[in-house]
Amino acid sequence: MKRERPESFNTVPMKERMIIPRQDMPEQDALLRSTNFLEVNLGLTHEQAVFEAQRCIECKSPTCMDGCPVSIKIPDFIQLICKEDFVGAAKKIKEDNSLPAICGRVCPQETQCEEVCVMGKRFEPVAIGRLERFVADYSMQHGNGSQETFDKPASSGQKVAIVGSGPAGLAVASDLIKEGHEVTVFEALHEFGGVLVYGIPEFRLPKSILRKEVASLEDMGVKFVKNFIVGRTMTIQELMADEGYDAVFLGLGAGLPRFMNIPGENLNGVYSANEFLTRSNLMRGYEFPEWDTPLYRAKHAIIVGGGNTAMDAVRTAKRLGADEASIVYRRSEEEMPARNEEIHHAKEEGVKFMNLVNPIEFISDDQGSVVAAKCLRMELGEPDESGRRRPVPMEGSEFVMDVDMVVIAVGNGSNPLISQTTPEIETNKWGNIVADEDGRTSMDGVFAGGDIVSGGATVILAMGAGRKSAVAINEYLKAKVGS
Amino acid sequence: MYKIIKAEFIAPNVKSFILEAPHIAKKRQAGQFIILRVHDKGERIPITIADSNTEEGWINIIVQGLGKTSAHLNTLETGDYLQDLVGPLGLPTHIENWGTLVCMSGGVGTAEALPIAAAGKAAGNRVISIIGARNKDLIIAEDQMAEVVDEVRISTDDGSAGRHGLVTDVLQDLMDEGIKPDMIVAIGPLPMMAAVSNQTKEIGIPTMVSLNAIMVDGTGMCGACRATVGGKTVFVCVDGPEFDGHQVDFKELGSRQRMYKKQEEESHKCFLERQMKKMKAEQMKVEVTS
Repeated sequence: MKRERPESFNTVPMKERMIIPRQDMPEQDALLRSTNFLEVNLGLTHEQAVFEAQRCIECKSPTCMDGCPVSIKIPDFIQLICKEDFVGAAKKIKEDNSLPAICGRVCPQETQCEEVCVMGKRFEPVAIGRLERFVADYSMQHGNGSQETFDKPASSGQKVAIVGSGPAGLAVASDLIKEGHEVTVFEALHEFGGVLVYGIPEFRLPKSILRKEVASLEDMGVKFVKNFIVGRTMTIQELMADEGYDAVFLGLGAGLPRFMNIPGENLNGVYSANEFLTRSNLMRGYEFPEWDTPLYRAKHAIIVGGGNTAMDAVRTAKRLGADEASIVYRRSEEEMPARNEEIHHAKEEGVKFMNLVNPIEFISDDQGSVVAAKCLRMELGEPDESGRRRPVPMEGSEFVMDVDMVVIAVGNGSNPLISQTTPEIETNKWGNIVADEDGRTSMDGVFAGGDIVSGGATVILAMGAGRKSAVAINEYLKAKVGS
Repeated sequence: MYKIIKAEFIAPNVKSFILEAPHIAKKRQAGQFIILRVHDKGERIPITIADSNTEEGWINIIVQGLGKTSAHLNTLETGDYLQDLVGPLGLPTHIENWGTLVCMSGGVGTAEALPIAAAGKAAGNRVISIIGARNKDLIIAEDQMAEVVDEVRISTDDGSAGRHGLVTDVLQDLMDEGIKPDMIVAIGPLPMMAAVSNQTKEIGIPTMVSLNAIMVDGTGMCGACRATVGGKTVFVCVDGPEFDGHQVDFKELGSRQRMYKKQEEESHKCFLERQMKKMKAEQMKVEVTS
């Protein structure tokens, strides 16, 4: 699709734009931050943001938007930053992404918009993520919340239930409220945000930012119901037949944590990443006993896995006072699925990386608590079906190390709650809900998107799936009125 | 916020709460539980639902003040509010007509065994209840149990009521009298359920136990509540809470229940100190004003 180029407000001559260095993200000092839970990244200054925006060379056919799962109008909002209309820039982003303050923080921009930025071919890409975060934060502080971007549409008289208040559900809610539907979000936990509240730590995504994003959806008219488990408190059938919901979106998230099925995994001190992070983030275990939920404060913690969740867990363990907090990963750093920024931050904070190591057993004391991990060293063999080189144990490499806490961060399976209570909805052999590209499930009027369909992925991919479903739900509702 | 319609002590340190919860009341079945938080910095704890009323929209839970959260909960009165309440969680009890069903319960477990005994009776079983307690004062729900089952037998550790001994002794008595149970349900403290399971495994009577594990979300997301049953790891919250007692690794579960013992003691101590301060402050006020 051909788009019109946005009006240019960049006053810097083209040649000089390439001399401006990519603006560094101001950060909390590494030593200091490894002892607190305050946000690591402090955000660009006004001057930095404008400099960074001026680096954009305004390509005739920009590729950055293609790299964005929700197609934010990146060239347009960058020009508004050049104009120093920061609130306007945030508004522009919000046309396509209802949660810019969150995505500006947690999106893997280096493999999305920034990866395909033309500037990146010869120089460094424009720091699109940092700019997104800057204008979102600016508009939260100085703008007028959501109202300015939103004229209340006429009511359609139709009701949509959204199950789960994570990134997928919030994206659907934001799109459908703009269409005039009555939207209610049901959440099983006592706080809204799904993985954004229980999974992602305060030092990466402050809860206050999340609460503001949720509040702005509430201002737009979205209803939020907590402590409500669809499937148990009320079934999908009851929501539709008894409560009058015309359509349902399931954004349940990934759910059940995977374990390794090795001896000693149920010892005390061995956590799933979900449990460790939930105790710390949602339940604020790091403020025990001021907050009631206890959490191990380990001296020697190992975290098994190499994804973003593993990085969140290891950096949390460090902040809880571990003398040594290590990543144990069976491949090499090159294959790690975690974002570079997370790996880099973890290293700065003193996290140790034990790559090409795989635990095979956890050993206990006489009280049933973990005291050691038996591991094997690995080497990389032929590529497997994921395209990454397969880790193979090295003969005679077994060793034992002392640990007093283990966090298993090797991914999640799917939650069985919906398939237990709504057998009409088809699931695949991994228990994920089967849905077409637009999120339609095998049950009429029921849509699904995010990790429950795709398996564990990222916040922005879940939002992208949610937005596609929102279009399909809107069409479904319109057809329903017509019929 | 979730209203406490009625709160009253029914035994020393054991309080019964009627909670306003119309949705949960409508859906809950025997064997299911809720998760609650007492206050906005509180932990999430699971408690089995003892009773409910769909028309009046309430559920009943029985709480023994053991740790910080349950002790705090038991300071709440009629008209107070809970911070959070969610449910019903877990799979409902599987009930069928086995023939003779013996429900063995200890402590507050009796309140939790009550709906299962009633459902068992309704399914056509001959139901015998064996209630165990440390002493006479700690026996709860005996009258309600007597209303729904064919026979109630009591045992106390100190002999202050019923048979002097344990619930396992009463089961042995039954067998000696020639009564052969077809099914056993055991609900109570872990050592009691382990002892019953041991005993019935030897004599070959199928036994179902209701496990109480530490939980956080209660919906399968965190895995805090994992236990080993039949050599496999299960999540008590979504795979249970009821399991074949002969297959449960009670030793592991017991050690997992003590995982935060030190922290729980610390937390409980903080709570008691705060309560003492509050009481002293109130006393001072009374002294000043009088």
